[in-house]
Amino acid sequence: MSNLTSLTLKAALTGLADKSFSSVELTQAHIEAVAAAKPLNAYVLETPDKALDMAAASDARRAKGQAGALDGAPLGIKDLFCTEGVRTTACSNILGNFVPTYESTITANLWRDGAVMLGKLNLDEFAMGSSNETSAFGPVVNPWRAQGSDAKLTPGGSSGGSATAVAADLCLGATATDTGGSIRQPAAFTGTVGIKPTYGRCSRWGVVAFASSLDQAGPIAKTVEDAAILLKSMSGHDAKDSTSLDIAVPDFPAFVGKSVKGLRIGIPKEYRVDGMPAEIEQLWEKGIAWLKDAGCEIVEVSLPHTKYALPAYYIVAPAEASSNLARYDGMRYGLRVEGANLTETYENTRAAGFGTEVKRRIMIGTYVLSAGYYDAYYVKALKVRRRIADDFDQAFQKVDALLTPTAPSAAFALGENADDPVAMYLNDIFTVTVNLAGLPGMSIPAGVDHKGLPLGLQLIGKALDEGTLFSLGGAIEKAADFRAKPSRWW
Amino acid sequence: MAIDAATVRKVARLARIAEPEDRIEPLARELSGIMDWIEQLAEVDTDGVEPMTSAVAVAAPMREDVVTEGGDSARVLSNAPKTVGGFFVVPKVVE
Repeated sequence: MSNLTSLTLKAALTGLADKSFSSVELTQAHIEAVAAAKPLNAYVLETPDKALDMAAASDARRAKGQAGALDGAPLGIKDLFCTEGVRTTACSNILGNFVPTYESTITANLWRDGAVMLGKLNLDEFAMGSSNETSAFGPVVNPWRAQGSDAKLTPGGSSGGSATAVAADLCLGATATDTGGSIRQPAAFTGTVGIKPTYGRCSRWGVVAFASSLDQAGPIAKTVEDAAILLKSMSGHDAKDSTSLDIAVPDFPAFVGKSVKGLRIGIPKEYRVDGMPAEIEQLWEKGIAWLKDAGCEIVEVSLPHTKYALPAYYIVAPAEASSNLARYDGMRYGLRVEGANLTETYENTRAAGFGTEVKRRIMIGTYVLSAGYYDAYYVKALKVRRRIADDFDQAFQKVDALLTPTAPSAAFALGENADDPVAMYLNDIFTVTVNLAGLPGMSIPAGVDHKGLPLGLQLIGKALDEGTLFSLGGAIEKAADFRAKPSRWW
Repeated sequence: MAIDAATVRKVARLARIAEPEDRIEPLARELSGIMDWIEQLAEVDTDGVEPMTSAVAVAAPMREDVVTEGGDSARVLSNAPKTVGGFFVVPKVVE
Protein backbone atom coordinates (compact mmCIF):
# COMPACT_ATOMS: atom_id res chain seq x y z
CA MET A 1 0.00 0.00 0.00
CA SER A 2 1.87 3.10 1.11
CA ASN A 3 5.31 3.40 2.67
CA LEU A 4 3.76 4.28 6.00
CA THR A 5 2.59 0.69 6.53
CA SER A 6 6.05 -0.75 5.96
CA LEU A 7 7.50 1.21 8.88
CA THR A 8 8.44 -0.52 12.09
CA LEU A 9 6.55 0.60 15.20
CA LYS A 10 9.69 2.36 16.43
CA ALA A 11 10.19 4.20 13.13
CA ALA A 12 6.51 5.18 13.05
CA LEU A 13 6.67 6.55 16.60
CA THR A 14 9.76 8.54 15.63
CA GLY A 15 7.99 9.86 12.52
CA LEU A 16 4.98 10.89 14.61
CA ALA A 17 7.24 12.62 17.14
CA ASP A 18 9.06 14.45 14.31
CA LYS A 19 5.71 15.48 12.80
CA SER A 20 6.76 13.78 9.53
CA PHE A 21 3.19 12.51 9.35
CA SER A 22 0.10 12.51 11.55
CA SER A 23 -1.56 9.59 13.25
CA VAL A 24 -4.58 10.15 11.01
CA GLU A 25 -2.35 9.72 7.92
CA LEU A 26 -0.62 6.69 9.40
CA THR A 27 -3.93 5.14 10.44
CA GLN A 28 -5.59 5.87 7.09
CA ALA A 29 -2.75 4.09 5.29
CA HIS A 30 -3.27 1.04 7.49
CA ILE A 31 -7.05 1.11 7.06
CA GLU A 32 -6.53 1.02 3.28
CA ALA A 33 -4.03 -1.83 3.56
CA VAL A 34 -6.45 -3.82 5.72
CA ALA A 35 -9.33 -3.21 3.31
CA ALA A 36 -7.18 -4.47 0.42
CA ALA A 37 -6.10 -7.64 2.23
CA LYS A 38 -9.41 -9.51 2.54
CA PRO A 39 -7.98 -12.72 0.98
CA LEU A 40 -5.75 -13.10 4.04
CA ASN A 41 -8.77 -13.14 6.38
CA ALA A 42 -6.63 -11.68 9.17
CA TYR A 43 -9.25 -9.31 10.55
CA VAL A 44 -12.65 -10.61 11.66
CA LEU A 45 -13.85 -7.09 12.46
CA GLU A 46 -12.48 -3.83 11.08
CA THR A 47 -13.09 -0.68 13.09
CA PRO A 48 -11.95 2.09 10.71
CA ASP A 49 -14.21 4.81 12.15
CA LYS A 50 -13.08 4.11 15.67
CA ALA A 51 -9.47 4.01 14.47
CA LEU A 52 -9.73 7.42 12.80
CA ASP A 53 -11.40 8.91 15.91
CA MET A 54 -8.63 7.52 18.10
CA ALA A 55 -6.00 8.79 15.63
CA ALA A 56 -7.49 12.30 15.59
CA ALA A 57 -7.55 12.32 19.40
CA SER A 58 -3.92 11.20 19.37
CA ASP A 59 -2.91 14.01 17.01
CA ALA A 60 -4.67 16.47 19.34
CA ARG A 61 -2.80 15.08 22.36
CA ARG A 62 0.50 15.28 20.51
CA ALA A 63 -0.18 18.89 19.50
CA LYS A 64 -0.59 19.68 23.20
CA GLY A 65 2.64 17.86 24.06
CA GLN A 66 0.82 15.06 25.90
CA ALA A 67 1.77 12.08 23.72
CA GLY A 68 2.16 8.67 25.40
CA ALA A 69 4.60 5.87 24.65
CA LEU A 70 2.49 4.44 21.81
CA ASP A 71 0.61 7.55 20.84
CA GLY A 72 -0.92 7.38 17.39
CA ALA A 73 0.32 3.86 16.56
CA PRO A 74 -2.33 1.67 14.86
CA LEU A 75 -2.45 -1.85 16.29
CA GLY A 76 -4.47 -5.02 15.71
CA ILE A 77 -6.14 -6.78 18.64
CA LYS A 78 -6.59 -10.55 18.81
CA ASP A 79 -10.32 -11.22 19.10
CA LEU A 80 -9.74 -12.92 22.45
CA PHE A 81 -9.33 -9.54 24.20
CA CYS A 82 -12.58 -7.96 25.34
CA THR A 83 -12.98 -4.50 23.88
CA GLU A 84 -15.70 -2.26 25.26
CA GLY A 85 -18.47 -1.69 22.75
CA VAL A 86 -16.66 -3.71 20.05
CA ARG A 87 -17.78 -7.26 19.24
CA THR A 88 -15.56 -9.92 20.79
CA THR A 89 -16.06 -13.53 19.72
CA ALA A 90 -12.97 -15.66 20.49
CA CYS A 91 -13.81 -16.74 16.89
CA SER A 92 -16.51 -19.01 18.30
CA ASN A 93 -20.15 -19.17 17.30
CA ILE A 94 -21.07 -19.58 20.95
CA LEU A 95 -20.19 -15.97 21.71
CA GLY A 96 -22.15 -14.88 18.65
CA ASN A 97 -22.45 -11.12 18.70
CA PHE A 98 -21.12 -10.66 22.22
CA VAL A 99 -20.31 -6.99 22.81
CA PRO A 100 -18.33 -6.49 26.04
CA THR A 101 -19.32 -3.67 28.36
CA TYR A 102 -15.77 -3.58 29.67
CA GLU A 103 -12.21 -3.37 28.37
CA SER A 104 -9.47 -5.95 29.00
CA THR A 105 -6.67 -4.60 31.17
CA ILE A 106 -4.06 -5.13 28.44
CA THR A 107 -5.96 -3.23 25.76
CA ALA A 108 -6.80 -0.54 28.33
CA ASN A 109 -3.05 -0.20 28.97
CA LEU A 110 -2.42 0.19 25.23
CA TRP A 111 -5.10 2.87 24.87
CA ARG A 112 -3.75 4.61 28.01
CA ASP A 113 -0.44 4.91 26.13
CA GLY A 114 -2.20 6.35 23.07
CA ALA A 115 -2.42 3.37 20.69
CA VAL A 116 -5.07 3.22 17.96
CA MET A 117 -7.25 0.12 17.34
CA LEU A 118 -7.63 -0.99 13.71
CA GLY A 119 -9.86 -3.97 14.48
CA LYS A 120 -10.11 -7.49 15.83
CA LEU A 121 -7.88 -10.29 14.59
CA ASN A 122 -8.73 -13.86 13.67
CA LEU A 123 -7.62 -16.83 15.79
CA ASP A 124 -8.32 -20.50 16.33
CA GLU A 125 -11.61 -20.89 18.21
CA PHE A 126 -10.91 -20.08 21.89
CA ALA A 127 -7.20 -20.16 20.92
CA MET A 128 -7.38 -23.94 20.53
CA GLY A 129 -5.35 -24.80 17.46
CA SER A 130 -2.00 -24.47 15.73
CA SER A 131 -3.13 -23.53 12.23
CA ASN A 132 -6.01 -21.04 12.63
CA GLU A 133 -8.27 -23.55 10.91
CA THR A 134 -10.60 -23.99 13.88
CA SER A 135 -11.83 -20.36 13.67
CA ALA A 136 -15.56 -19.92 13.12
CA PHE A 137 -14.56 -17.23 10.60
CA GLY A 138 -12.43 -19.61 8.55
CA PRO A 139 -8.63 -19.86 8.44
CA VAL A 140 -6.20 -17.00 8.08
CA VAL A 141 -3.93 -17.35 5.05
CA ASN A 142 -0.20 -16.85 5.53
CA PRO A 143 1.08 -13.94 3.40
CA TRP A 144 4.14 -16.12 2.70
CA ARG A 145 4.03 -18.64 -0.14
CA ALA A 146 6.55 -21.28 -1.07
CA GLN A 147 8.64 -20.30 -4.10
CA GLY A 148 6.94 -21.24 -7.34
CA SER A 149 3.72 -22.26 -5.59
CA ASP A 150 0.43 -20.53 -4.93
CA ALA A 151 -0.74 -23.10 -2.37
CA LYS A 152 -2.32 -21.48 0.68
CA LEU A 153 -0.22 -21.95 3.80
CA THR A 154 -1.22 -21.68 7.43
CA PRO A 155 0.15 -18.73 9.42
CA GLY A 156 0.14 -21.05 12.44
CA GLY A 157 -2.06 -20.62 15.44
CA SER A 158 -3.70 -19.73 17.50
CA SER A 159 -2.59 -16.12 16.94
CA GLY A 160 -2.64 -16.53 13.14
CA GLY A 161 -4.48 -13.27 12.52
CA SER A 162 -2.02 -11.35 14.69
CA ALA A 163 1.02 -12.87 12.96
CA THR A 164 -0.38 -12.38 9.46
CA ALA A 165 -1.46 -8.80 10.13
CA VAL A 166 2.06 -7.93 11.32
CA ALA A 167 3.84 -9.82 8.52
CA ALA A 168 1.63 -8.30 5.81
CA ASP A 169 1.94 -4.74 7.18
CA LEU A 170 -1.73 -4.58 8.20
CA CYS A 171 -0.81 -3.05 11.58
CA LEU A 172 2.34 -1.87 13.35
CA GLY A 173 2.04 -4.58 16.00
CA ALA A 174 -0.58 -6.86 17.48
CA THR A 175 -1.71 -8.35 20.74
CA ALA A 176 -1.64 -12.12 20.98
CA THR A 177 -1.91 -14.88 23.59
CA ASP A 178 0.07 -18.05 24.18
CA THR A 179 -1.18 -21.11 26.06
CA GLY A 180 1.07 -23.72 24.40
CA GLY A 181 2.90 -21.78 21.68
CA SER A 182 0.19 -19.58 20.18
CA ILE A 183 2.40 -16.49 19.98
CA ARG A 184 5.73 -18.10 19.10
CA GLN A 185 4.73 -20.69 16.47
CA PRO A 186 2.76 -18.19 14.33
CA ALA A 187 5.62 -15.69 14.70
CA ALA A 188 8.03 -18.35 13.39
CA PHE A 189 5.72 -19.20 10.47
CA THR A 190 5.39 -15.56 9.38
CA GLY A 191 8.86 -14.10 9.91
CA THR A 192 7.76 -11.95 12.86
CA VAL A 193 8.89 -11.55 16.47
CA GLY A 194 6.69 -12.89 19.26
CA ILE A 195 7.25 -13.03 23.00
CA LYS A 196 5.29 -14.85 25.66
CA PRO A 197 6.34 -13.20 28.91
CA THR A 198 6.58 -14.82 32.34
CA TYR A 199 3.25 -16.07 33.65
CA GLY A 200 1.76 -13.20 35.67
CA ARG A 201 3.58 -10.41 33.81
CA CYS A 202 0.47 -9.43 31.81
CA SER A 203 -3.00 -9.33 33.31
CA ARG A 204 -5.43 -11.96 32.08
CA TRP A 205 -8.43 -9.84 33.08
CA GLY A 206 -10.80 -9.40 30.17
CA VAL A 207 -8.98 -11.99 28.03
CA VAL A 208 -11.31 -14.87 27.15
CA ALA A 209 -10.00 -17.79 29.22
CA PHE A 210 -8.74 -21.05 27.70
CA ALA A 211 -6.44 -22.69 30.30
CA SER A 212 -5.92 -20.20 33.09
CA SER A 213 -2.70 -21.60 34.58
CA LEU A 214 -1.04 -21.50 31.13
CA ASP A 215 -2.62 -18.52 29.32
CA GLN A 216 -0.39 -15.48 28.98
CA ALA A 217 -0.64 -12.53 26.62
CA GLY A 218 2.18 -10.88 24.71
CA PRO A 219 2.89 -8.99 21.50
CA ILE A 220 3.67 -10.05 17.93
CA ALA A 221 5.80 -7.38 16.25
CA LYS A 222 8.04 -6.62 13.29
CA THR A 223 11.25 -6.33 15.31
CA VAL A 224 12.65 -7.25 18.72
CA GLU A 225 12.63 -3.59 19.72
CA ASP A 226 8.99 -3.19 18.67
CA ALA A 227 8.10 -6.25 20.77
CA ALA A 228 9.88 -4.68 23.74
CA ILE A 229 8.00 -1.39 23.32
CA LEU A 230 4.65 -3.19 23.15
CA LEU A 231 5.33 -5.56 26.04
CA LYS A 232 6.30 -2.64 28.26
CA SER A 233 2.89 -1.05 27.70
CA MET A 234 0.97 -4.30 28.06
CA SER A 235 2.63 -5.43 31.30
CA GLY A 236 1.92 -4.43 34.87
CA HIS A 237 0.16 -5.44 38.05
CA ASP A 238 -3.62 -5.64 37.99
CA ALA A 239 -5.65 -6.23 41.15
CA LYS A 240 -8.39 -7.75 38.97
CA ASP A 241 -6.19 -10.77 38.12
CA SER A 242 -5.11 -12.59 41.29
CA THR A 243 -2.20 -14.21 39.41
CA SER A 244 -0.89 -10.88 38.14
CA LEU A 245 2.53 -10.22 39.69
CA ASP A 246 2.90 -7.10 41.80
CA ILE A 247 6.33 -6.11 40.56
CA ALA A 248 7.77 -3.21 38.60
CA VAL A 249 7.83 -3.40 34.80
CA PRO A 250 11.42 -3.12 33.51
CA ASP A 251 12.25 -0.74 30.68
CA PHE A 252 12.28 -3.58 28.13
CA PRO A 253 13.37 -1.48 25.09
CA ALA A 254 16.55 -0.49 26.97
CA PHE A 255 17.66 -4.14 26.88
CA VAL A 256 17.65 -4.30 23.08
CA GLY A 257 21.15 -3.67 21.75
CA LYS A 258 22.83 -4.35 25.09
CA SER A 259 25.94 -6.54 24.95
CA VAL A 260 25.37 -10.25 25.50
CA LYS A 261 29.05 -10.92 26.09
CA GLY A 262 29.68 -13.50 28.78
CA LEU A 263 26.10 -14.79 28.89
CA ARG A 264 25.85 -18.57 29.11
CA ILE A 265 23.45 -20.12 26.61
CA GLY A 266 22.11 -23.62 27.15
CA ILE A 267 21.43 -25.95 24.23
CA PRO A 268 18.98 -28.62 25.40
CA LYS A 269 19.94 -31.87 23.73
CA GLU A 270 16.39 -33.27 24.04
CA TYR A 271 15.20 -30.71 21.49
CA ARG A 272 17.00 -32.60 18.72
CA VAL A 273 13.97 -34.66 17.82
CA ASP A 274 13.62 -37.43 15.25
CA GLY A 275 12.42 -36.28 11.88
CA MET A 276 13.35 -32.65 12.38
CA PRO A 277 14.19 -31.13 8.97
CA ALA A 278 17.93 -30.68 8.42
CA GLU A 279 17.34 -27.02 7.64
CA ILE A 280 16.02 -26.40 11.13
CA GLU A 281 18.97 -28.22 12.64
CA GLN A 282 21.28 -26.05 10.50
CA LEU A 283 19.50 -22.86 11.51
CA TRP A 284 19.90 -23.83 15.14
CA GLU A 285 23.65 -24.32 14.55
CA LYS A 286 23.78 -20.90 12.93
CA GLY A 287 22.04 -19.38 15.94
CA ILE A 288 24.61 -20.99 18.21
CA ALA A 289 27.42 -19.57 16.06
CA TRP A 290 25.88 -16.07 16.08
CA LEU A 291 25.64 -16.02 19.86
CA LYS A 292 29.19 -17.37 20.16
CA ASP A 293 30.39 -14.57 17.89
CA ALA A 294 28.57 -12.11 20.13
CA GLY A 295 30.59 -13.37 23.07
CA CYS A 296 28.22 -15.90 24.62
CA GLU A 297 29.39 -19.15 26.11
CA ILE A 298 27.54 -22.21 24.79
CA VAL A 299 26.70 -25.00 27.25
CA GLU A 300 24.94 -28.27 26.52
CA VAL A 301 22.14 -28.87 29.01
CA SER A 302 19.59 -31.61 29.58
CA LEU A 303 15.85 -31.22 30.05
CA PRO A 304 15.07 -34.92 30.45
CA HIS A 305 11.28 -34.67 30.67
CA THR A 306 10.83 -32.67 27.47
CA LYS A 307 9.06 -35.45 25.57
CA TYR A 308 6.38 -35.65 28.26
CA ALA A 309 5.48 -31.97 28.08
CA LEU A 310 2.97 -32.27 25.24
CA PRO A 311 1.02 -35.22 26.68
CA ALA A 312 0.97 -33.49 30.09
CA TYR A 313 -0.24 -30.31 28.40
CA TYR A 314 -3.04 -32.24 26.67
CA ILE A 315 -4.38 -33.18 30.08
CA VAL A 316 -3.83 -29.90 31.93
CA ALA A 317 -5.05 -27.54 29.19
CA PRO A 318 -8.25 -29.46 28.26
CA ALA A 319 -9.04 -29.98 31.96
CA GLU A 320 -8.84 -26.25 32.61
CA ALA A 321 -10.68 -25.52 29.36
CA SER A 322 -13.56 -27.86 30.19
CA SER A 323 -13.97 -25.99 33.45
CA ASN A 324 -13.54 -22.49 31.98
CA LEU A 325 -15.87 -23.14 29.06
CA ALA A 326 -18.63 -24.42 31.35
CA ARG A 327 -19.72 -20.77 31.52
CA TYR A 328 -21.05 -20.94 27.94
CA ASP A 329 -24.47 -22.23 28.84
CA GLY A 330 -26.69 -19.97 26.75
CA MET A 331 -28.23 -18.26 29.75
CA ARG A 332 -26.48 -14.93 30.28
CA TYR A 333 -24.83 -14.11 26.95
CA GLY A 334 -24.04 -15.61 23.57
CA LEU A 335 -25.90 -18.23 21.64
CA ARG A 336 -28.96 -20.05 23.04
CA VAL A 337 -30.56 -23.01 21.28
CA GLU A 338 -33.78 -23.94 23.09
CA GLY A 339 -34.56 -27.51 24.11
CA ALA A 340 -37.42 -29.27 25.91
CA ASN A 341 -35.87 -28.52 29.31
CA LEU A 342 -32.89 -26.78 30.89
CA THR A 343 -30.41 -29.63 30.35
CA GLU A 344 -31.42 -30.00 26.73
CA THR A 345 -31.06 -26.27 26.22
CA TYR A 346 -27.51 -26.45 27.59
CA GLU A 347 -26.70 -29.45 25.41
CA ASN A 348 -28.16 -27.98 22.23
CA THR A 349 -26.54 -24.60 22.81
CA ARG A 350 -23.10 -26.09 23.34
CA ALA A 351 -23.45 -28.57 20.47
CA ALA A 352 -24.33 -25.76 18.05
CA GLY A 353 -21.97 -23.15 19.48
CA PHE A 354 -18.67 -24.99 19.82
CA GLY A 355 -16.60 -26.26 16.89
CA THR A 356 -15.18 -29.76 16.53
CA GLU A 357 -11.76 -29.17 18.11
CA VAL A 358 -13.18 -27.24 21.07
CA LYS A 359 -15.72 -30.01 21.73
CA ARG A 360 -12.95 -32.60 21.47
CA ARG A 361 -10.89 -30.77 24.10
CA ILE A 362 -13.84 -30.23 26.41
CA MET A 363 -14.54 -33.96 26.18
CA ILE A 364 -10.91 -34.86 27.00
CA GLY A 365 -10.93 -32.41 29.89
CA THR A 366 -14.21 -33.70 31.24
CA TYR A 367 -12.95 -37.27 30.92
CA VAL A 368 -9.65 -36.73 32.75
CA LEU A 369 -11.42 -34.86 35.54
CA SER A 370 -14.22 -37.40 35.91
CA ALA A 371 -14.56 -39.75 38.87
CA GLY A 372 -12.06 -42.59 38.71
CA TYR A 373 -9.66 -40.85 36.32
CA TYR A 374 -8.78 -37.68 38.21
CA ASP A 375 -5.74 -39.11 39.99
CA ALA A 376 -4.61 -41.33 37.13
CA TYR A 377 -4.58 -38.51 34.58
CA TYR A 378 -5.02 -35.04 36.01
CA VAL A 379 -2.92 -35.35 39.18
CA LYS A 380 -0.34 -37.39 37.27
CA ALA A 381 -0.04 -34.61 34.67
CA LEU A 382 0.41 -32.00 37.40
CA LYS A 383 3.27 -34.07 38.84
CA VAL A 384 4.89 -34.38 35.42
CA ARG A 385 4.44 -30.62 35.07
CA ARG A 386 6.48 -30.20 38.26
CA ARG A 387 9.20 -32.45 36.81
CA ILE A 388 9.34 -30.29 33.68
CA ALA A 389 9.59 -27.10 35.73
CA ASP A 390 12.34 -28.71 37.86
CA ASP A 391 14.28 -29.54 34.67
CA PHE A 392 14.34 -25.84 33.82
CA ASP A 393 15.32 -24.86 37.37
CA GLN A 394 18.32 -27.17 37.16
CA ALA A 395 19.32 -25.94 33.73
CA PHE A 396 19.11 -22.33 34.87
CA GLN A 397 21.63 -23.07 37.64
CA LYS A 398 24.16 -23.35 34.83
CA VAL A 399 22.94 -21.00 32.10
CA ASP A 400 21.29 -17.60 31.60
CA ALA A 401 18.99 -18.58 28.74
CA LEU A 402 18.24 -21.45 26.35
CA LEU A 403 18.30 -21.47 22.55
CA THR A 404 16.08 -23.86 20.58
CA PRO A 405 14.14 -23.92 17.31
CA THR A 406 10.62 -22.46 17.68
CA ALA A 407 8.73 -25.07 15.65
CA PRO A 408 9.59 -28.44 14.10
CA SER A 409 8.74 -27.28 10.55
CA ALA A 410 8.08 -24.23 8.42
CA ALA A 411 4.50 -23.19 7.63
CA PHE A 412 2.50 -26.12 6.26
CA ALA A 413 -0.41 -26.15 3.85
CA LEU A 414 -3.91 -25.41 5.09
CA GLY A 415 -5.66 -28.76 5.54
CA GLU A 416 -2.44 -30.75 5.83
CA ASN A 417 -2.85 -31.86 9.46
CA ALA A 418 -6.59 -31.37 9.73
CA ASP A 419 -7.47 -35.06 10.09
CA ASP A 420 -4.91 -35.96 12.71
CA PRO A 421 -5.23 -34.14 16.05
CA VAL A 422 -2.01 -35.57 17.49
CA ALA A 423 0.05 -34.56 14.40
CA MET A 424 -1.34 -31.04 14.82
CA TYR A 425 -0.51 -31.02 18.54
CA LEU A 426 3.14 -31.91 17.77
CA ASN A 427 3.60 -28.42 16.30
CA ASP A 428 3.94 -27.14 19.84
CA ILE A 429 6.64 -29.62 20.87
CA PHE A 430 9.31 -26.91 21.45
CA THR A 431 7.02 -24.20 22.81
CA VAL A 432 4.70 -25.93 25.26
CA THR A 433 7.35 -26.67 27.92
CA VAL A 434 7.67 -22.95 28.62
CA ASN A 435 3.95 -22.56 29.35
CA LEU A 436 3.98 -25.47 31.77
CA ALA A 437 6.92 -23.92 33.64
CA GLY A 438 5.55 -20.35 33.44
CA LEU A 439 8.75 -19.03 31.83
CA PRO A 440 9.26 -16.35 29.15
CA GLY A 441 9.92 -17.46 25.58
CA MET A 442 10.56 -15.48 22.42
CA SER A 443 10.63 -16.38 18.73
CA ILE A 444 12.91 -14.43 16.40
CA PRO A 445 12.93 -14.84 12.60
CA ALA A 446 16.34 -16.23 11.72
CA GLY A 447 16.28 -17.46 8.14
CA VAL A 448 14.30 -19.10 5.36
CA ASP A 449 14.10 -22.72 4.22
CA HIS A 450 14.76 -24.00 0.67
CA LYS A 451 11.25 -22.93 -0.33
CA GLY A 452 11.83 -19.40 0.91
CA LEU A 453 9.62 -19.81 3.97
CA PRO A 454 10.62 -18.19 7.28
CA LEU A 455 11.98 -20.16 10.22
CA GLY A 456 12.30 -19.00 13.81
CA LEU A 457 14.64 -19.55 16.72
CA GLN A 458 13.33 -19.59 20.27
CA LEU A 459 14.98 -18.12 23.35
CA ILE A 460 13.78 -19.29 26.76
CA GLY A 461 14.58 -17.23 29.83
CA LYS A 462 14.46 -17.43 33.60
CA ALA A 463 11.24 -16.30 35.22
CA LEU A 464 10.95 -12.48 35.01
CA ASP A 465 14.11 -12.22 32.91
CA GLU A 466 12.50 -11.00 29.67
CA GLY A 467 15.20 -8.31 29.60
CA THR A 468 17.93 -10.86 28.83
CA LEU A 469 15.73 -12.33 26.09
CA PHE A 470 15.39 -8.89 24.50
CA SER A 471 19.20 -8.46 24.55
CA LEU A 472 19.80 -11.92 23.09
CA GLY A 473 16.92 -11.55 20.64
CA GLY A 474 18.44 -8.28 19.48
CA ALA A 475 21.80 -9.99 18.95
CA ILE A 476 20.21 -12.80 16.90
CA GLU A 477 18.16 -10.31 14.90
CA LYS A 478 21.28 -8.31 14.07
CA ALA A 479 23.33 -11.37 13.11
CA ALA A 480 20.53 -13.04 11.12
CA ASP A 481 19.81 -9.77 9.30
CA PHE A 482 16.45 -11.22 8.31
CA ARG A 483 14.99 -8.80 5.77
CA ALA A 484 12.84 -11.07 3.63
CA LYS A 485 9.22 -9.96 3.24
CA PRO A 486 6.34 -11.84 1.67
CA SER A 487 5.72 -10.58 -1.85
CA ARG A 488 2.28 -9.11 -2.17
CA TRP A 489 -0.14 -11.45 -3.98
CA TRP A 490 -3.38 -10.58 -2.17
CA MET B 1 -6.97 -47.26 27.41
CA ALA B 2 -9.67 -47.34 24.75
CA ILE B 3 -12.63 -45.04 25.14
CA ASP B 4 -15.79 -46.82 24.04
CA ALA B 5 -19.10 -45.48 22.79
CA ALA B 6 -20.73 -45.73 26.22
CA THR B 7 -17.94 -43.61 27.74
CA VAL B 8 -18.30 -41.01 24.98
CA ARG B 9 -22.03 -40.76 25.68
CA LYS B 10 -21.40 -40.40 29.41
CA VAL B 11 -18.69 -37.75 28.96
CA ALA B 12 -20.82 -35.82 26.44
CA ARG B 13 -23.62 -35.81 28.97
CA LEU B 14 -21.29 -34.59 31.75
CA ALA B 15 -19.96 -31.87 29.42
CA ARG B 16 -23.51 -30.90 28.40
CA ILE B 17 -22.80 -31.30 24.70
CA ALA B 18 -25.43 -33.00 22.54
CA GLU B 19 -23.48 -35.34 20.25
CA PRO B 20 -25.48 -36.89 17.40
CA GLU B 21 -25.41 -40.70 17.24
CA ASP B 22 -23.25 -40.70 14.09
CA ARG B 23 -20.51 -38.78 15.91
CA ILE B 24 -20.21 -41.21 18.82
CA GLU B 25 -18.03 -43.84 17.15
CA PRO B 26 -15.72 -41.34 15.41
CA LEU B 27 -15.31 -39.49 18.72
CA ALA B 28 -14.52 -42.75 20.51
CA ARG B 29 -11.74 -43.36 17.97
CA GLU B 30 -10.38 -39.80 18.13
CA LEU B 31 -10.40 -39.62 21.91
CA SER B 32 -8.88 -43.10 22.22
CA GLY B 33 -6.09 -42.06 19.85
CA ILE B 34 -5.34 -38.99 21.94
CA MET B 35 -5.53 -40.85 25.25
CA ASP B 36 -3.28 -43.63 23.91
CA TRP B 37 -0.69 -41.01 23.08
CA ILE B 38 -1.10 -39.47 26.55
CA GLU B 39 -0.53 -42.88 28.19
CA GLN B 40 3.24 -42.40 27.86
CA LEU B 41 3.06 -40.23 30.99
CA ALA B 42 2.92 -43.50 32.93
CA GLU B 43 6.66 -43.89 32.14
CA VAL B 44 7.56 -40.88 34.30
CA ASP B 45 8.54 -41.62 37.88
CA THR B 46 6.49 -39.17 39.93
CA ASP B 47 6.79 -40.80 43.33
CA GLY B 48 6.91 -38.15 46.02
CA VAL B 49 6.46 -35.31 43.51
CA GLU B 50 4.13 -32.54 44.60
CA PRO B 51 1.53 -31.71 41.91
CA MET B 52 2.20 -28.32 40.33
CA THR B 53 -1.07 -26.42 40.53
CA SER B 54 0.09 -22.96 39.52
CA ALA B 55 2.74 -21.59 37.22
CA VAL B 56 4.13 -19.10 39.73
CA ALA B 57 4.47 -19.85 43.41
CA VAL B 58 2.76 -16.85 44.97
CA ALA B 59 0.19 -16.73 47.75
CA ALA B 60 -3.29 -15.62 46.74
CA PRO B 61 -3.59 -11.90 47.39
CA MET B 62 -6.16 -10.63 49.91
CA ARG B 63 -8.35 -7.58 49.57
CA GLU B 64 -10.93 -5.79 51.67
CA ASP B 65 -14.30 -7.56 51.64
CA VAL B 66 -16.21 -4.64 50.16
CA VAL B 67 -18.45 -4.09 47.17
CA THR B 68 -16.32 -2.80 44.29
CA GLU B 69 -18.83 -2.72 41.47
CA GLY B 70 -22.51 -3.34 41.04
CA GLY B 71 -25.92 -1.79 40.68
CA ASP B 72 -25.63 -1.82 36.91
CA SER B 73 -28.08 -4.42 35.67
CA ALA B 74 -28.43 -2.85 32.23
CA ARG B 75 -24.75 -3.57 31.51
CA VAL B 76 -24.96 -7.04 33.02
CA LEU B 77 -27.99 -7.92 30.91
CA SER B 78 -26.89 -6.24 27.70
CA ASN B 79 -25.80 -9.50 26.03
CA ALA B 80 -28.50 -11.77 27.43
CA PRO B 81 -30.43 -13.95 24.98
CA LYS B 82 -33.69 -13.22 26.87
CA THR B 83 -34.59 -10.72 29.59
CA VAL B 84 -37.73 -9.44 31.25
CA GLY B 85 -37.90 -6.52 33.65
CA GLY B 86 -34.24 -6.54 34.58
CA PHE B 87 -33.95 -10.33 34.92
CA PHE B 88 -32.42 -13.13 32.86
CA VAL B 89 -35.09 -15.44 31.47
CA VAL B 90 -34.09 -19.10 31.62
CA PRO B 91 -35.92 -22.38 31.02
CA LYS B 92 -37.96 -23.72 33.93
CA VAL B 93 -35.62 -25.33 36.46
CA VAL B 94 -38.03 -26.61 39.14
CA GLU B 95 -41.09 -28.59 38.09
